[in-house]
Amino acid sequence: MTTLFDILGPRMVGPSSSHTAGACRLGYVVQAILGGRPDRAVVGLHGSFAMTGEGHGTRRAITGGLLGHRPDDARLREAEAEAAEQGLTVEFRTVDLGDDAHPNSAVFEVTRGDETIRVTGCSIGGGQIQVLEIDGFEVDLSGSLPTLVVVADDVPGTVARITGRIAERGLNVATVRVDRTGRGERALMTIETDEDVPADVLEELAGQPWVHWIRNVHQLNA
Amino acid sequence: MIRSFAEWFEQAESLGVDLAEFVERREVKETGVPREAIRKRIEETLAVMRQAVRQGLEESGPSPSGLTGGRSGRLAEGGPRLLGEGFTAMLSHAIATLETNARMGLIMATPTAGAAGVVPAVLLTLAPARGWSDERLVDAMLVAGGTGIIIAERASIAGAGGGCQAETGSAAAMAAAAITWLEGGDDGQVATAVALTIQGMLGLICDPVAGLVEIPCAYRNASAAVNAVAAAEMALAGLDFPIPVDQVVDVMGDVGEKLDVRFRETALGGLAATPAGQEIAARAGMTELVQLQRKGGTRGEGSARFGPS
Repeated sequence: MTTLFDILGPRMVGPSSSHTAGACRLGYVVQAILGGRPDRAVVGLHGSFAMTGEGHGTRRAITGGLLGHRPDDARLREAEAEAAEQGLTVEFRTVDLGDDAHPNSAVFEVTRGDETIRVTGCSIGGGQIQVLEIDGFEVDLSGSLPTLVVVADDVPGTVARITGRIAERGLNVATVRVDRTGRGERALMTIETDEDVPADVLEELAGQPWVHWIRNVHQLNA
Repeated sequence: MIRSFAEWFEQAESLGVDLAEFVERREVKETGVPREAIRKRIEETLAVMRQAVRQGLEESGPSPSGLTGGRSGRLAEGGPRLLGEGFTAMLSHAIATLETNARMGLIMATPTAGAAGVVPAVLLTLAPARGWSDERLVDAMLVAGGTGIIIAERASIAGAGGGCQAETGSAAAMAAAAITWLEGGDDGQVATAVALTIQGMLGLICDPVAGLVEIPCAYRNASAAVNAVAAAEMALAGLDFPIPVDQVVDVMGDVGEKLDVRFRETALGGLAATPAGQEIAARAGMTELVQLQRKGGTRGEGSARFGPS
């Protein structure tokens, strides 16, 4: 469905909705999944991102996103200098993810403290993005709704326990998606909700022995 | 959900509301965002548009690529005013927005970044001359938005999807609908203004030089604005167009789908692939792009990989 503000917007720093705004969003979502600004990032650019990205400020936009800036933030223009100041090193490489990969794809390997994650995503047009993979788990994350990303033991009742806790607080769950590494091992869940999950629920879930890792990715629109 | 102009007009009439209010109510219903918040967000949209025009006119230096920058100011100051002040101002405002965009300035992608100059150029240039208040401009933006939604649903609003006819064509159609409605045009005249705009831009390809949203985009935004005002002028005078607007939009969608991929924002055809275009791309360091252009552009799927949107 096309909404009014898909047409009257997005509000963004130019020049390209896919190569600048979408690129920034990818960086933003990656830092949100990591839990904050990385210390180091290695970003592989595929296809058109690699080929015409320079003229579209794609690298600057990704760096700005990794710093936690959104696509309409004027600071994107100076993102490289800001990254240097804040101690974020970003290294860009050209990669070939194959013919099936979306032309505007990027692979991120980001490190914060002693944690490193690997995220693959693409910019699908009009500033919209899709995160396809987190640490080898398949996902489908757009950031257009607040999203909880959870890695937990893959045992019966895990999904119900998490969504149940969210529902108890009167939050509406929009979608739930699960990808598992193998039966009885670990599963990665993405849970989209209409509003942000409250911090205390996040903390409580994070404290459960069967939860290995949990992150809240804020809504990216507006 | 509105999928056709016919449906939009019919439903608005049966509810007894005007076209702007219908779009506003639909948005409230489908997103749950209250009316005041929607109007406030449109006001902010107008403010960003004004600022983008101002910034483009004021900054006289070149854009990072050197392809644009300073042109809008030169036009605003030195244009011979062949059709009077307003005409020259409108052209310069369209180019100014694209120059701000090229400098990584803040713009409203209405409906896309590459066509961001059209709606502001038309609405904001005409507003003082025609005495439209900001309140009325918010209504007009709702009409523009409704027009864009239908075109997005039936055809395409993106150069990568349907060429420049889909991108600046949609923006021009939105602007034409908005000003025709503001000037008191009835449903039929709004429909005619949209149809006249699109018929004048059918087949226009998207061929950004070096893949950058600058040339010919900045100038295409200016010509699209002219198309929009011409269409509104003719529609408001009561001129008719015998093909219904929904069918005209469908033609645009059909032409867009049949456009070779080289002409859909890949920078592998049209002006982008001319010897001069290749030279500019080479200067910008886009070696791989130039290699593909020299091959005459690939016609297969792979070539869709390259280009902005």
